[in-house]
Amino acid sequence: MNKRIITLGLLVLVVLLVQSQTGDVKSKASIKRGKLVYNKYCLTCHQADGGGVPRMNPPLIKTEYVAQDKDRLIGIVLKGFNQPIEINGEEYSNVMASHAFLTDLEVADVLTYVRNSFGNKYAAITPAEVKSVRSKK
Amino acid sequence: MRIICFTLITLFYTSCIAQQSDVVIKVPNGFSTSNVAKDFGRVRHIAVNSNGDVYMKLEKLNNGKGIIRLRDTNKDGKMDDTLKFGNYVGTGIALKDGYLYASSNSEVFRYQLDNQLNIIDTANPEKIITGLVDKRQHASKSITLDNAGNIYVNIGGPSNVCQEQDRQKGAKGMMPCPLLETAGGIWQFKSNKLNQSYAEGVRYATGIRNCVGLDWNNEVNELFITAHGRDMLFQDYPELYDQKKGAELPSETMYMVKKGDDCGWPYVHWDHFQNKKILNPEYGGDGKKTGAENAINPLVGFPGHMAPNALLIYTGNQFPEKYKNGAFVAFHGSWNRAPEHQEGFYVVFVPMKNGKPTGNWEVFANGFSGMEKVTNLSNAKHRPCGLAQGPDGSIYVSDDVKGYVWKIQYNQ
Ligand code: HEC
Repeated sequence: MNKRIITLGLLVLVVLLVQSQTGDVKSKASIKRGKLVYNKYCLTCHQADGGGVPRMNPPLIKTEYVAQDKDRLIGIVLKGFNQPIEINGEEYSNVMASHAFLTDLEVADVLTYVRNSFGNKYAAITPAEVKSVRSKK
Repeated sequence: MRIICFTLITLFYTSCIAQQSDVVIKVPNGFSTSNVAKDFGRVRHIAVNSNGDVYMKLEKLNNGKGIIRLRDTNKDGKMDDTLKFGNYVGTGIALKDGYLYASSNSEVFRYQLDNQLNIIDTANPEKIITGLVDKRQHASKSITLDNAGNIYVNIGGPSNVCQEQDRQKGAKGMMPCPLLETAGGIWQFKSNKLNQSYAEGVRYATGIRNCVGLDWNNEVNELFITAHGRDMLFQDYPELYDQKKGAELPSETMYMVKKGDDCGWPYVHWDHFQNKKILNPEYGGDGKKTGAENAINPLVGFPGHMAPNALLIYTGNQFPEKYKNGAFVAFHGSWNRAPEHQEGFYVVFVPMKNGKPTGNWEVFANGFSGMEKVTNLSNAKHRPCGLAQGPDGSIYVSDDVKGYVWKIQYNQ
């Protein structure tokens, strides 16, 4: 009886471990691809360190937009962004155009990269989540 | 114990360094620099009065105020009196004939000075200009005055190149560009009339994307400006402009503009390698085709994206002869050169006679960023933004990262 519970427990543990490992491997690959997308389409404005351009393009470091509501974050990339916002007491004057031309996978990758770079550590974004935001338009 | 000692020494040493000016400004032989202001925040343009008072216009309120006057009351060479007033943010500030002029992003105010050079009523300025386009992008209103009672205001085009969707990769340019009716140029108003707007003003010059630096050239009695060129040639048209070309182009420019002149934005950009007005790809350009044949040529084409934020035509007698009637230009420093490293963050000098350059531009004061190469813009310690000339012929440089002002003198 006791043995059975222990074996079951061990089994669950192994399954969980393997799952989290593949999850890790998956998001690692996504971050790697995302960096390429970032360098091509985002880096000029938000800079290589995600620090942005003072008063023009906001930083992507632990901002509420990066950290919180995934749908809003995906929406910013798909629809662009042009409204007065304040981050750490600063306002930003430039206009971010829509990046709807990126595929669901590219958007998921670039946001997973952003959410796991520049000191950020937030959950990955999946192509399915991007697809669902895109279809809600 | 040893480790503690070592840590203490290191801490002491680093705090000593932090106490001094945090960067070393390099200037030509015979010149020296000193710090006249520190830590006032987003100091944009500056003006210096005949008694040495320094006025700074802020882009972010400091204790609720947007203008700061520094005064050296006991004449010991140190600013010992700080006056803060004006409850609006902005960029432009200028002194002329007993008045201080200052701008928000949509209006211009003026304050009368008494004969002790004090502002008579800091709380109730006259509003001389109102209702100018402020759409966040390129919204700062730089100002200068001539000797005939006119004030000139930059109204930047709220767009990159007037595309159907701003900054959208592949979006076509609008023809004609409707923004030019109320922006993308310099407007002229009367310096002493209240509540003027577009109806009372004159579109003095057009086709200027965003001129942040402007100054009246008294030698030739004409308006001189420095303009910011368009962004994103490489990012939006990699098939025409590679990473390096996109960093170098288009030129940042200095023009002499006369009434009615057109500088060609958004249809063309200046290319200082080809010395031509090149048609922008949004308007069918291929990197070689020229366009806007009616538009004037700049006097100087500087490397791309360096952001010339201030222009000062030097009229002093303190600096050596070669500087007289030449132009100082303060470059704020680029961002659109990434992933190449950034450029600018310095003050350059253009020798001129009779309003025409007589030689190549040269870097005059450098080191503001505090680093050899700026890769990520937010690391730059200071960014030059304003220029002014003092009564003794010294010049002043402001910084809008931390709000420093340096004075540059010639000592023989
Ligand atoms: C043309 C410059 C530009 C480009 C290119 C650009 N952005 Fe932005 N981005 C901005 C600006 C400007 C804002 C703020 C707009 C506002 O204030 O309304 C912004 C806002 C954001 C925000 C929300 C605010 C914050 O800082 O957290 C995120 C997230 C973001 N951008 C991510 C991206 C990603 C990812 C890419 C590449 C796919 C990208 N941006 C490309 C200029 C740009």
